[in-house]
Amino acid sequence: MQNHILSIILFTPLVGALVLLFVPKENKDAIRWIANLFALGGLLVSLPLVPMFWSQMQSADRFKFIEGVPNNWIPSIGAGYVIGIDGISFLLIMLTTLLGWISILSSWTAIETRVKEYYVWFLILQTGMLGVFMALDFFLFFVFWEAMLVPMYLLIGIWGGPRKLYAAIKFFLYTLAGSVLMLLGILFLYFHHHALTGIYTFSLTALYETAPKIYSDPAYGPGIATLLFFAFFFAFAIKVPMFPFHTWLPDAHVEAPTAGSVILAGVLLKMGTYGFIRFSLPFFPDVLMHTKVRGWMITLSIIAIIYGALVSLMQKDMKKLVAYSSVSHLGFCTLGIFALTPLGLSGSVLQQINHGISTGALFLIVGILYERRHTREIAEYGGISNVMPVYATITMIMFLSSMGLPLLNGFVGEFTILQGTFMENWRWGAWAVPGVVLAAAYLLWLYQRVFFGPVTNPKNEKLHDLTPREVLTFVPLLIMAFWIGLYPKPFFEILEQPVNQIVQDVRHPRSGAAVNAALQATPPATAAVTASSTRGKN
Amino acid sequence: MFFLSHIWLIPLLPALGAAIMFFFGRKLQKATVSAVCVGSIVLAFIMACGAVWQYSAWSSPGEHFHQPYQTILYTWLGTDTGHLTYTTHDGAQAPFQADAGFLLDPLSSIWLLFVTGVGMLIHIYSTGYMAHESGYYRFFGYLNLFMFSMLTLILANNYVLMFVGWEGVGLCSYLLIGFYFHRKSATDAGNKAFIVNRIGDAGFLLGMFFIAWNFGSLRFADVTQLAHSGRFAIGDPYITAATLLLFVGACGKSAQLPLYIWLPDAMEGPTPVSALIHAATMVTAGVYMVARSNALFVLAPASMKTVAIVGALTAIFAASIALVQNDIKRVLAYSTVSQLGYMFLALGVGAFAAGVFHVFTHAFFKALLFLGAGSVIHSMSGEQDMRNMGDLGHRIPITHRTMFIATLAIAGIFPFAGFFSKDAILWETWSREGGAYRLLWYVGYATALMTAFYMFRLMYLTFHGRPRMSHDAEHHIHESPVSMTAPLVALALCAIVAGWLGWPHSLGGSDRFTAFLEPVFATEANVLQQQGRTTQLEAGAKEEERNTTGEWVLMGLSLAAAGLGWGMAWRNYRHADKGYTEPIAAVPPVYNTLLNKYYVDEGYDYVFTGRRKLGNARLGVLGLGEGSSWFDVHIIDGLVNGAGWITRLTATISSWWDKWIIDGIGVNGPAILARMFSYPARLFEWGLVQWYALVMTAGLVGFVFYYVYH
Repeated sequence: MQNHILSIILFTPLVGALVLLFVPKENKDAIRWIANLFALGGLLVSLPLVPMFWSQMQSADRFKFIEGVPNNWIPSIGAGYVIGIDGISFLLIMLTTLLGWISILSSWTAIETRVKEYYVWFLILQTGMLGVFMALDFFLFFVFWEAMLVPMYLLIGIWGGPRKLYAAIKFFLYTLAGSVLMLLGILFLYFHHHALTGIYTFSLTALYETAPKIYSDPAYGPGIATLLFFAFFFAFAIKVPMFPFHTWLPDAHVEAPTAGSVILAGVLLKMGTYGFIRFSLPFFPDVLMHTKVRGWMITLSIIAIIYGALVSLMQKDMKKLVAYSSVSHLGFCTLGIFALTPLGLSGSVLQQINHGISTGALFLIVGILYERRHTREIAEYGGISNVMPVYATITMIMFLSSMGLPLLNGFVGEFTILQGTFMENWRWGAWAVPGVVLAAAYLLWLYQRVFFGPVTNPKNEKLHDLTPREVLTFVPLLIMAFWIGLYPKPFFEILEQPVNQIVQDVRHPRSGAAVNAALQATPPATAAVTASSTRGKN
Repeated sequence: MFFLSHIWLIPLLPALGAAIMFFFGRKLQKATVSAVCVGSIVLAFIMACGAVWQYSAWSSPGEHFHQPYQTILYTWLGTDTGHLTYTTHDGAQAPFQADAGFLLDPLSSIWLLFVTGVGMLIHIYSTGYMAHESGYYRFFGYLNLFMFSMLTLILANNYVLMFVGWEGVGLCSYLLIGFYFHRKSATDAGNKAFIVNRIGDAGFLLGMFFIAWNFGSLRFADVTQLAHSGRFAIGDPYITAATLLLFVGACGKSAQLPLYIWLPDAMEGPTPVSALIHAATMVTAGVYMVARSNALFVLAPASMKTVAIVGALTAIFAASIALVQNDIKRVLAYSTVSQLGYMFLALGVGAFAAGVFHVFTHAFFKALLFLGAGSVIHSMSGEQDMRNMGDLGHRIPITHRTMFIATLAIAGIFPFAGFFSKDAILWETWSREGGAYRLLWYVGYATALMTAFYMFRLMYLTFHGRPRMSHDAEHHIHESPVSMTAPLVALALCAIVAGWLGWPHSLGGSDRFTAFLEPVFATEANVLQQQGRTTQLEAGAKEEERNTTGEWVLMGLSLAAAGLGWGMAWRNYRHADKGYTEPIAAVPPVYNTLLNKYYVDEGYDYVFTGRRKLGNARLGVLGLGEGSSWFDVHIIDGLVNGAGWITRLTATISSWWDKWIIDGIGVNGPAILARMFSYPARLFEWGLVQWYALVMTAGLVGFVFYYVYH
């Protein structure tokens, strides 16, 4: 089982989707039970990975549990079914299986139309997301990356709110535009690898060796490397979403069904940050270390933190408020990534997990009120803690976790990111810190308007508190929030090796700037570089 | 050494109480709730006493002489391997690590004792005060959670864990201020408290990062040791930055200018909360943090000066507002802000022990004043406006007498607690650094006069003069139950004797308080010595010896000020009847400015929060928020939608082009032409055989006729 654990985790949801195809669509409850069973099964099969990973954590291999060898899938083009994980993808996979189960469980009463299609698409989406985090082959990665897009598009477009078509198409086209650029980038790396080695392959580990060389390659040089960085950047930045590519997110969230929002915020956004960590950093170390690109990335991250929080403050729709708060939180994540320090990176990954937990819970929270009242206007509510005390308590804890209160998860991530960033450049840290104040402002204000005061709207008087099933959706999230807040050491231990490896790759690449510097030190070589780069342009 | 090695249990006990309330509180009887929550604090108090007692034995001359006791539970942040590191200012790699570790030294001992002691009394008091409130378990759960946070703050062995307690007390403060969550004013005040505190916390965070950057560690022991090592010059810019930022945090938590605004509003919470959190314990956290960082502050003279100046200004600023307030709790709130200013003044001039001493005495008499005010409000069925009180003295005698003791203490009348601590501060301000701070002494002295005046004003308006309440309210006046009066009496006792611990040498005492704190603060002298400023030290010592007479003169002056303030209040308010006049009201602009608290809240709303519009423009955070939202919807999303619109437009144009030009002219055009030209031809060939036959016949007939007749 150890050899195929990743494939089992990856395809369990897909098997569920196939099984569902054979159930008559009128039999809604059977469909719900089967879908929930496979979602829970998806979580359960992923649990053995925890002790397995823990025992292999110290091994020197960069990727663990590798299945398949390069080029075994479509040898003629060099595509392979190669999957494997390191600490970063391990945590994201566990987050995905957990949130996948929770969001399917939360859909029980929320989805009444076209139930069968809903669960089928959801399970397919689940496999797509897991595949993205596991793929060690660029072709395979791109397949999963695009495969994930379609189910999400349908989830928003079919089961969404009043402006669902606008939101779904915006989401789809925006993300697709980024993907196209990334595809061009991938092909460039692919042919470049062939040019250097004579081998056609999409294997990630192979490309890790050659891609960093583009920067100092006389035929291409820093300009081309920077362009390539941006080809990938657009795909990931749109997904994250980084300022100013974020406007699809509020629309998608507002229109998506609750479970869709949970997955969208909890996992899909992490594709972007994961992409940066897995591809942009190791592929283009010199672009980051020796050009102004990193300054831009940091600036955009800081803008996202402050700007997202400010816009969030002004929202009148709860879901939109949470969506903009995601922009702010993800700003912290990208800030940690581009600080390029072990602390910044590990804080960033931890914060991605935290954001999945807290914001996932926040979307569930909004969904619960929406299911009861069919409105998300903040002004429609007030005094909810009188009628739904359990709900109010859970909400308060999740709000506190989201605003980074110590002993809950959010603080650990934010603190690590901020310290990691500060040590790289204290001004960056100083600029990001006001985001912490603003987070308290928009969340507490929201809480006051929705939960405090007397019940002024007669429609809210009869609201019933959480059902056991609804409580069940929150329990794992609460446990995780307290666990990471109180005892994050295991998470740091899991991340220690991969983040140090990546920082090592970026700051001391095997080729690149050093080579370049050596070239420039000797005049004839410099002349050769200029000559050949002109030739390259011709 | 059970108590000492288990000091982590002290914060954990109330945490347990809070957890029980969280899970089961709703189903529990009030008596059970009281037993659990008060019981946890009583146990914590016993453990605290035991721990301090064992600590003093442990650290007595011998192996651990003057050393702090530390115990580490586990590594909280970071890993044990030491591979997760960051680069410090000097390029070294430092491990990223924060322990769940606890530290006991004289400084934390003092806080530990009065926090658990006063906390215990206030818990007992609350069982009486809150007896008729709904949400009883919620209240005690929050109180226990507060005690947990406060004790974590005190006992932490590093800045990050201290920050845990720091934010935790802020949270509990928020929850308890907004305890009556039906009232918008209460929840507004809660939000204000949390957000203003968060501004301070942001400063604390950055200060911490500067410390980590410079010292490579956030443990107090490491930082102190490095700071004393002489590696850092006095006036090091990064240490100055770190200390100033820490002080921003202290300003937030301890309500100093300009972040004091939340504390007066915090009086929306139940009165025991005001006593515990907003008078005795939480608001002194800033003082604790600065005192804890004394090794850093002495390396940053600019920060010390800032602390002293901000403290003195806050002291007089808040005292002046307190002169004219009519709400009994608001007077006490501004009084607290003002007294906290005194404490920072002491820290700023370098008299750390004096500042801590004032924290200690203040905890007792200010808690007593608030609890007394609570007892008054309780007996007046919720009335807080002193204009509607009067002549309560003989109706609630225990409250009256205990509050009177507290007033004597805060006004600085010999030999009550406040006399000793306030006198120590004023004397140090006068004499430190060869009199460099004398200007601040005048400020402190004026504040002392004001303090006596507004406190005795409060006493006379409440307990003397003519009864000014409605007949209905008058009917209900009753002394509070024993659960409330017993803590008052206990605190009154402390308000008398607590000061005696620091009986000064000049009056024949031995100042045991300062001696006890020596291991924490004496090191400051070491630093000065290492930096080669011994002459200054010696000069200071000499001057101190010479000036015992000077100290007596200053004491006399303080007493005179207190007496003067008392006398002025006695003259004006002793016979206060309905429609009594305020002496300051003779100058309306001054009176209105003070009554409206210098319009600071309004100013902040215009400039910083943006809750009020300045003309048509909204400034502040809300203004920025509005601007950003507009930008988001119209510019960014506008561009996105614009791109979509352009795509659709080009698509429409292409499809039009396709339909009408390419397909129309290019493809269908020739077809139409061909059809046009083919039309005449088609006339001949339209497939009707009979017609062909007719035409043929006609043609044939034609030919025949042609040939026949031609």
